[in-house]
Amino acid sequence: MPLVLAAVLLLLTACSGAGHFPQSTFAPRSDFGTDLFGLYKDVFWWALGVFVLVEGLLLVAIARFRARPGAAEPKPVHGHTVLEISWTLAPALILVFIAVPTMRTIFSTAGHAPEGALRVEVIGHQWWWEYRYPTLNISAYNELHIPVGTPVQLDMTSADVIHSFWVPRLGGKRDLIQGRTNRIAFRADSTGEYSGQCAEFCGVSHANMRLRVFVQSDSVFQRWVDQQRAAPATPPKGSPAEAGQQVYRRSPCIACHTIAGMSQGKVGPDLSHVGGRSTIAGALFPNTTDVLRRWIINAPAMKPGALMTPQNLSPQDLDALIAYLQSLK
Amino acid sequence: MKTWLTTTDHKRIGLLYFWTAFGFFLIGGLEALIIRAQLARPDGGLGVSAETFNQLFTMHGTTMVFLALMPLSAAFFNFIIPLQIGARDVAFPRLNAFSYWVFLLGGLFLNASFIAGPLFGADRLSVAPDAGWFGYENLTSRQFSPGPNVDFWLLGLQILGIASLAAGFNFIVTILNMRAPGMRMLRLPPFTWMTLITQFLVITAFPVITVALVLLMFDRFFGTHFFVPQGGGDPILWQHLFWMFGHPEVYILILPAMGVVSEVLPTFAKKPLFGYTVVVYSGVVIAFLGWSVWSHHMFSSGLGPIADSVFAGTTMLIAIPTGVKIFNWIGTLWGGQIRFTTSLLFAVGFIAMFIIGGLSGVSHASAPSDLQQTDTYYVVAHIHYVLFGGTILGLFAGMYYWWPKMTGRMLSESLGKVHFWLTLIGMNLAFFPMHFSGMLGMPRRIYTYSSDLGVTGFNQVSTIGAFLIGLATLVFFWNLLRTRWQPVTAPSNPWGGSTLEWAIPSPPPVYNFTVIPTVESRMPLWQTERHAPMRPLPERPPAAIHVPGGSWWPLITAIGLPILAIGAISRALPIVFVGVAVVILGIYRWAYEPFEM
Repeated sequence: MPLVLAAVLLLLTACSGAGHFPQSTFAPRSDFGTDLFGLYKDVFWWALGVFVLVEGLLLVAIARFRARPGAAEPKPVHGHTVLEISWTLAPALILVFIAVPTMRTIFSTAGHAPEGALRVEVIGHQWWWEYRYPTLNISAYNELHIPVGTPVQLDMTSADVIHSFWVPRLGGKRDLIQGRTNRIAFRADSTGEYSGQCAEFCGVSHANMRLRVFVQSDSVFQRWVDQQRAAPATPPKGSPAEAGQQVYRRSPCIACHTIAGMSQGKVGPDLSHVGGRSTIAGALFPNTTDVLRRWIINAPAMKPGALMTPQNLSPQDLDALIAYLQSLK
Repeated sequence: MKTWLTTTDHKRIGLLYFWTAFGFFLIGGLEALIIRAQLARPDGGLGVSAETFNQLFTMHGTTMVFLALMPLSAAFFNFIIPLQIGARDVAFPRLNAFSYWVFLLGGLFLNASFIAGPLFGADRLSVAPDAGWFGYENLTSRQFSPGPNVDFWLLGLQILGIASLAAGFNFIVTILNMRAPGMRMLRLPPFTWMTLITQFLVITAFPVITVALVLLMFDRFFGTHFFVPQGGGDPILWQHLFWMFGHPEVYILILPAMGVVSEVLPTFAKKPLFGYTVVVYSGVVIAFLGWSVWSHHMFSSGLGPIADSVFAGTTMLIAIPTGVKIFNWIGTLWGGQIRFTTSLLFAVGFIAMFIIGGLSGVSHASAPSDLQQTDTYYVVAHIHYVLFGGTILGLFAGMYYWWPKMTGRMLSESLGKVHFWLTLIGMNLAFFPMHFSGMLGMPRRIYTYSSDLGVTGFNQVSTIGAFLIGLATLVFFWNLLRTRWQPVTAPSNPWGGSTLEWAIPSPPPVYNFTVIPTVESRMPLWQTERHAPMRPLPERPPAAIHVPGGSWWPLITAIGLPILAIGAISRALPIVFVGVAVVILGIYRWAYEPFEM
């Protein structure tokens, strides 16, 4: 079994393409994730050694000393001081080898990014994520965009219950707690799309509180920032999107959502650039026409506990509204 | 029937504990099977709703910890401890009955939440607790959990805490004061030792959770803000209080099983326990260290690098006394004449599986490494290797070992072996793949997961394993049931054990010992270098033996507590007063009841 285990682990490590396992901790893509995986491997090999030794001793004992008819009574051994001392010291020694790198990594991953790091405030909500970039003066929702190779520091808190931000390939998780700020810092080392999800049980739709991180080259990231900074797109006259804008203006949507220049609701995510996102509803569903339609008609049916009330819109209004939302790149 | 309701006989109470806890074990297991069935498929699974799923995992954890494992250990404490120390009963027989009834009623109260929905105007039948067995604030605050679900949990656990505390004090007094002449502390059987240590943990850990639950109750019932950040409270305070209880609780669950294994191995290897004093002291050390590690459950909550380092260090230290115990067990087997009874198989299974749980424990003692593991299925794998592979296999070893003593009937060895192998294979299929699903990014406590994660296969194997465990448990249940129709034929010492419980008939007479034996060695029934085996006790008591009579008052006092809780949960002050009146009346009449009836 231990050999099988090691083989599987190696196999998984080898799957560094990780297309198969998008949340694998075995395929880290940041300094933070790599440090943790390195530590895990240290512990793993020690543990494997101990496992083989101790389970081996146990197996030898039960194989060798099975009762045989006519055998002499066993010697009533009560103990052995030298043995006791040595099997106390041996694990202690191994633990030193584990404890030293552990302490070192605790301090190196304490969440303090170097000067010049990109700072992002992460705010957890039941059951979606809000990201604010105070230095860039923009916000994002569920999908975090960061530049590759740049240190990033996340200052995290919660608007309601405790959540935990976890993108396994970019590093370990950290809890978001109302009234406190927790930090993680990392530097992503390759571009791509990384998925994660909330790791602290946070109520009905905990399982549905997912997220994406887009690690982008500087130019792509800069283009995204410019897009977020721009005012929401104004739909051309006479287009379905323009009709949708009118639907939005008189719908209950405005009570909970913000679209810059249109509404200032704060209960749900800001929709000023919703058309540019690849997912909706806590990164749970792809941002497609069909999904949007079903979501607007009955959100709680798709995501239990979602606060967005089912909307009763005529098919024409619904189509127009979706066209408008999709135009908000 | 009446004699069972009023009984104060530790042996009958032990059997009541056993059957009640076994019933709750089946309920908790059923909850686990629904959970596993749901997770066999991704993206919505079998269609179990998020609400129901959250209730199921909350109740599975709460049931297994408080209603199954602790009371199954308590069944052995009750039945075996007085026999092992050469006593006629526990120190406080009526308090002992009280503990049992409080446990039963607390468990029923908690499970009543599954059908109490309509009483609270809920639109569903079940309003079972749904915030996890750890009940993290501020999710459990009124604002985020407005229904009665969390109230059932916090009131139920307070009731159960009373049962545990009463039993804890009872067994400490019993073990310290009721020992037969010559039964010095370092002659106590290892199971009795581990029980004693466990009870000290109970009486020190349960007050902590009681305080936490009372604060939570005040927050929810009276609008205080101990844990509510908007009011200046701190949800992290709850985590500290909960785990300050929760980690010693882990040792409350595992130490009795370690005690069982320390009895079973010497008997079936025909060798004294290797390093008896070291095994005892390492138990004491585990208990002490168990108090200094609680924050390793909170490495992701941002305590800062200093605190994380300290708790990582103390947690790693626990591996040392635990390892020492394992080496001593192997030392006990080494050079023995091992008889492969079902009991011994389970004891060896315990060691083999507990090693795996212990080693994965080291990987989350390493705090940064834990940041990838905590709140994932990797941790689910770890706790099940420790609590199933450890505690449950250990308790099964104890059941096969002591069942003849408890009932006078032998369990079937061939069914027992089927039970063992199915359990061992089932648990490894169920829990081993969870290491992978966790490390591949599957969080725990999720009612569904995306097929994109690539963990569907691992989950399906886990589900198959869980159903194998279910099948194994049915085999065991049948094995227990069929002994009811057998004649009482078990000899007094079917396995050749060395401790006092094997010196008296199976099942023991109500007074246990015809004369209280005088103990001269650690293994009174065995020939040792310096001592001959104890002489058999006379078959009939030479003089009349006083045993405590039955009493209704422990049961009546216990009934007051759920009434109180029902009053509290339905916000009906008169019912609360009725409950208080019943408790006061019960205690008053109890206090003035003559000792014999």
